[in-house]
Amino acid sequence: MSTKSLLAQNHELASAKSQVEFLESSLQTKFSEKLKEQNLFPLTTNQLEIFQINVGKMCNQVCKHCHVDAGPDRREIMTRETMQFCIEAIKLSGAKTVDLTGGAPEMNPDFRWFIEELSALEKKIIVRCNLTIIVANQKYNDLPEFFKKHKIEVVSSLPYFTATKTDSQRGDGVFEKSIQALKMLNDVGYGKENSGLILNLVYNPAGAFLPADQNSLEKEFKTKLKSIYEIEFNNLFAITNLPISRFLEYLVRTGNYIGYMEKLINAYNPTAAENVMCRNTISIGWDGYMYDCDFNQMLELKISTSAKSFDDKTIKKNNQHVSNFDMSTINQRSIKIGQHCYGCTAGAGSSCGGNTA
Amino acid sequence: MKTYYNPDDLKKFGSISEFEPKLAKKFFDYYGEVFKEGALTAREKSLIALAVSHAVQCPYCIDAYTTDAMEKGCDEKQIMEAVHVTAAIRGGASLVHSVQMMNKYKELSM
Repeated sequence: MSTKSLLAQNHELASAKSQVEFLESSLQTKFSEKLKEQNLFPLTTNQLEIFQINVGKMCNQVCKHCHVDAGPDRREIMTRETMQFCIEAIKLSGAKTVDLTGGAPEMNPDFRWFIEELSALEKKIIVRCNLTIIVANQKYNDLPEFFKKHKIEVVSSLPYFTATKTDSQRGDGVFEKSIQALKMLNDVGYGKENSGLILNLVYNPAGAFLPADQNSLEKEFKTKLKSIYEIEFNNLFAITNLPISRFLEYLVRTGNYIGYMEKLINAYNPTAAENVMCRNTISIGWDGYMYDCDFNQMLELKISTSAKSFDDKTIKKNNQHVSNFDMSTINQRSIKIGQHCYGCTAGAGSSCGGNTA
Repeated sequence: MKTYYNPDDLKKFGSISEFEPKLAKKFFDYYGEVFKEGALTAREKSLIALAVSHAVQCPYCIDAYTTDAMEKGCDEKQIMEAVHVTAAIRGGASLVHSVQMMNKYKELSM
């Protein structure tokens, strides 16, 4: 298993432009055609609910499927100044949820300061914690207590309840450390009934196949984690791997790309298309640029500046940056789409919060 | 190289309706109904299908139900155990006939 990001390997697919060109050169049915069939094109926004912020690409893990191409060799980190712009934007946005992701968001040196500032806004705060960071270094050991203090909702990836499958995707020894971290979270009340401290897990397939039914997986995870490790959690989100970044590289390298795309396209679900997360989410990159979702962010597809109505003169190019956040740009934009979007519309639908259909 | 089995033919399973649409429809409706969640979970049915695929040694079915079992959340241990069930039944089916063999042997022996 490589311990370097695609970027550090100078891999062709490290470049967002190469990925987009590769995906769009496909002869398979265009995603826009599917949307047109149900009058969803151009894809428009609903009320903004989730303000997702990627605070940096640095991570202590190098997962094989990572759509961020995160890892210890990535140095892109959000500055405190950009975080301040985010706070002002959140105040203007009316969003109910702030969702922090990375990399390992906790590795950003201003992470704790940011959480403390965000707490004052009285929003639901989600941290996408990779679990192993909690035990990676002594300075992170108190994260469960810190999360508890700020009533953070913790969302953590655990691809399976066995070491073999988890480690094959996330790296050697990750399962054991994840179990240790989950116990630490349980010990302070996370995932326990009536504690009010929410611990959700994310399942995503360790290979070129679609996720299982979310409810039956949740049932199985709960039974196994409880009986084998005495671990408890609240909900399990089943997430489909999108064909970008490292997962795209894996698909191409193993000859699974065409078959996987066919699978996603054949499983297109119109209800999932209606409910795609980009319609109620805005995603902010480490450098403050805004995107329709975390996947568009990694493909460097910044939010559209072309308004639905040409009368709106306020929409300008610099409105793509969070320092110039204004709700008319956010509400009136049409969402940028591409072949990767099939990942969110397959089967029961996929989003950062699990199934959508 | 020409072979009797072509992996791409699996995708064309639906085309069997070309020569006999009425019966094909009845078959596929029935097939869909069989695999729905019922007294058995869809996951259990997938593992049974995988085991039977090995018994009937159908390469299309093995591809289809390995994928399906993975998409139902099964790991490599579970799917391998399912195949051992096939092997046990197939082996057992041979061995249980040895009772008949022994009966005959004893019948003919002094």
